[in-house]
Amino acid sequence: MRALDKKVLRELWQMRGQALAIIAVIVSGVTTMVMFLSTYDSLIQTRENYYAENRFAEVFASLKRAPEHLLARIQLIPGVERAESRVVAAVNLDIEGFNEPVIGKLISLPDAGDARLNQLHLRRGRFIEPYRDDEVMLSEAFANAHRLQPGDHLSVIIKGKRKTLTIVGIVLSPEYVYQIAPGAFFPDFKRYGVMWMGRNGLASAYDMDGAFNDISLTLGSGAAVGTILDQLDDLLKPYGGYGAYAREDQFSHRFLSEEVRQLRTMATVFPLIFIGVAAFLLNVVLNRLINTQREQIAILKAFGYSNAAIGLHFVKLVLLIVLLGITIGVALGGYWGRELSLIYMEFYRFPYLHYLLRPSVVVVAATVTVLAAISGTLLAVRQAARLSPAEGMRPNSPVVYRASLIERLGLQRFFSQPTRMIVRHIQRRPFKSLLSVIGIALAGGIMMVGNFQEDAIRYMVEVQFSISKRDDLSVRFTDPTSRRALHELQAIPGVQHVEVFRTLPVRLRFEHRTYRTALEGVQPEGELMRVLDTRLQPVALPPQGVVLTDHLAKILGVLPGDMLTIEVLEESQPVLQVPVVGLSKQYLGVWGYMRIDALNRVMGEGEVISGAYLAVDPQARGEIYAQLKEMPRVAGIVVRKSAIQSFYDTMAETVLFFSFIANLLGATIAVGVVYNTARIALSERGRELASLRVLGFTHGEIAYILLGELVLLTLVAIPLGFLVGEGLCAFLASQFKTDLYRVPLVLESQTYANAAAVVLFSACASGAVIWHRLGRIDLVSALKTRE
Amino acid sequence: MSELAENREVVFHASGVTKVYQMGEVQVHALRGIDLDLYAGELVVLLGPSGSGKSTLLNILGGLDTATSGHVSYHGRDLTRAGDRELTEYRRYHVGFVFQFYNLIPSLTARENVAAVTEIARRPMAPERALEVVGLGHRLDHFPSQLSGGEQQRIAIARAIAKNPEVLLCDEPTGALDSATGIVVLEALERVNRELGTTTVLITHNAGIAEMADRVIHLADGSISDMHVNTVKRAARELSW
Repeated sequence: MRALDKKVLRELWQMRGQALAIIAVIVSGVTTMVMFLSTYDSLIQTRENYYAENRFAEVFASLKRAPEHLLARIQLIPGVERAESRVVAAVNLDIEGFNEPVIGKLISLPDAGDARLNQLHLRRGRFIEPYRDDEVMLSEAFANAHRLQPGDHLSVIIKGKRKTLTIVGIVLSPEYVYQIAPGAFFPDFKRYGVMWMGRNGLASAYDMDGAFNDISLTLGSGAAVGTILDQLDDLLKPYGGYGAYAREDQFSHRFLSEEVRQLRTMATVFPLIFIGVAAFLLNVVLNRLINTQREQIAILKAFGYSNAAIGLHFVKLVLLIVLLGITIGVALGGYWGRELSLIYMEFYRFPYLHYLLRPSVVVVAATVTVLAAISGTLLAVRQAARLSPAEGMRPNSPVVYRASLIERLGLQRFFSQPTRMIVRHIQRRPFKSLLSVIGIALAGGIMMVGNFQEDAIRYMVEVQFSISKRDDLSVRFTDPTSRRALHELQAIPGVQHVEVFRTLPVRLRFEHRTYRTALEGVQPEGELMRVLDTRLQPVALPPQGVVLTDHLAKILGVLPGDMLTIEVLEESQPVLQVPVVGLSKQYLGVWGYMRIDALNRVMGEGEVISGAYLAVDPQARGEIYAQLKEMPRVAGIVVRKSAIQSFYDTMAETVLFFSFIANLLGATIAVGVVYNTARIALSERGRELASLRVLGFTHGEIAYILLGELVLLTLVAIPLGFLVGEGLCAFLASQFKTDLYRVPLVLESQTYANAAAVVLFSACASGAVIWHRLGRIDLVSALKTRE
Repeated sequence: MSELAENREVVFHASGVTKVYQMGEVQVHALRGIDLDLYAGELVVLLGPSGSGKSTLLNILGGLDTATSGHVSYHGRDLTRAGDRELTEYRRYHVGFVFQFYNLIPSLTARENVAAVTEIARRPMAPERALEVVGLGHRLDHFPSQLSGGEQQRIAIARAIAKNPEVLLCDEPTGALDSATGIVVLEALERVNRELGTTTVLITHNAGIAEMADRVIHLADGSISDMHVNTVKRAARELSW
């Protein structure tokens, strides 16, 4: 090994504390990058494989009822490769030992042969035997939530008729990777289950003999999806089609795509911050190193080392640190990436995981880091390379200090000499001080991002379920029903208040833009379901016209006052022209709202309702559930509070994991910046501080001069960190704005406090190390060395 | 003696060399027109008080610095016009330096400090051999911090001669040493000059050292005030101050 390379290694070892702090920051950056990107690739790959192996359909449609022979005509649509009809039934379930309402979706499987599309992946047990009408297979999430096993029995209420089924298999489906009950906003595996049974058995129980109400298609390559959707809609229209949609609008697929997209955003934002901070730290450390090595550089040049050789020498030091960071980062990122992918796999219940760490991910992570590090240190290296040997041999001229703001304002008598030294020192290199402040601020910002997620979700749920929807439970009927059902519900003992609603599946159209959603007719001045205006205040709906969720108005490009075309996808499928009369704020989903009487009127249907919101006496719940379940027209009952609770339960673990990671990463940056800043200050001013010790200053007094500066920088950095955090969260919120949900920028005071606390703690820990070093300062030798 | 000088090959030829520094708002005239020839194999002592311009002259001869005006050539090669690359090459293959404060690289051992130079030289001697010449063959693997000042300076000399340079330029090599140690260092320089025939320029403000030179040049206030050839050249170990 060449002598200069040995110098690199030994010096790296000498500055191992600082190098370690920088390596930790680089490791954090590379790890998050590799972890998120590999998880992203793995999820995409796994999903693609899963979809392909199980023949996940590309076009879906549901309808009221069509005769089976229509299938042949659908099959003839040009571009359609395969078509498969199914019977899908909304059912109520009775599960032993679980008293709350459980709703489910029963999907038919062909009795003869395997399903051609949306094939199931068997986890336990077996498939249904052909033509058995008493066997059922359950989705794994649902089965696990209730610890149901093959061999157990299940009581299903189909159209008010109770039927006991035997569970034979536990399965996964590409169609229900994400399982959410219709109208709900988050998965609740205890209260919503997806199930499969034989076509004949289900059809006869659901009055669908020789008919179907659901269809899936796969397409030939290069097929025009838009045209096929239109043709399918035309064919299904006479049979009560609810509108065909392509895979990208399929609910489970959309949610999954959204989640995957977020991973990508994370994979960009976080690593960039870390790598930026690492570049800054390398710059600071290298600048200092080069400053202390002026004479060594001069001597090497005197002996004929070229500028390039000197530059390369320092670049090697930087590269060594960076490569160590990259290596550890890639290893950890690969490991955590697999772990994170496994978490996702379990969460989404993929049957398997194709963990994929592409070489390109490693190459990108390494390249970005190396480039950032080199560009961060370029100036320092150039300075070293350009240093003229004669100049390097001369001692550095005394550092230029100026009277600080304190003196210029004539305030010196209020500040001690050490305090004025602190201020002058910061003022001497304002840019470097600023970068340190920014570095610490980024640390605080990152930690805020970790907690922002939880704050935002709590707020979204609060708005949705405390301010807007305030029912204890909602009941949905199998078919639109006369308003008289209201009295039936009111008559149930324990029911305190009932409000009805009417929902219609619709396609909204404005100019060339369309959007498929539901229109809800709500009771004016209702208490259980309140539409909120854009300032989250409950508003009275106007007697006519439609109020749209603000995000939906944006998608459609429509403003209040515009005339909206509403294609109703139910009943006679009328096309209505209704004015937009207002906008409503909502974080989950997008909907249109009208007064129920206005909706009934434009539909020309009399007083018809789809369901009702109920406020009930908590004591009477069990009784009420039991009664509702037996009502023949009741398709489903959703209990609000238990749904929210189960959501928080599932969320808690993930949120805790993420905020732990964010805090750890933030603390890494905070320690990296504070520790390095302090070490460099110590190296620059060791002589000065030792001189003061010789003059009789105490350990505490000199520590004040050095650490006081850090305290000041940290205190400035904390409020700035709040701003950085708000900015980062605002950026993420803007990235997570879709029709599925909009993440509001909500940050609780606890989130601020947590970020400040971790930054302070990290600063104190670094300060303690410096304090210790100051205690060991060697007075005599410090005075001897010449600078 | 002048006869001897004339028969020898001229290594350095300097004429009208000036050097002006800008120090803040003051101009410092470090050299005010130096005319000088240095011959192959001779040991020259540049004598003068601090601030007389000795180090500046040495730095210009060694290609560490360039003259403001005037001419310096090395074996007919113009150093005043040479660019950074050419000066680097000149230093790398032709010059060895020894400095007052040794300027060893603290993170490298004695052997490695020498190797740092031999690795980029054209026909170097082995680092161990160079260290033997200065009498430190037994301290190869010591770090500078484990060595005395005299030992460190002798390593610096080993480092300077290891590349077999044609000229050895020494800036106050004994300045930081007590006289006994200084004499050991001067003996090493004397031996190199005698055995390897290296042209040696030695700066000092210590008149006692001048007695070991072939030629003594006095500098004062940036000019040559006197130049004489030593009729009796004394061995380093006979010196005292």
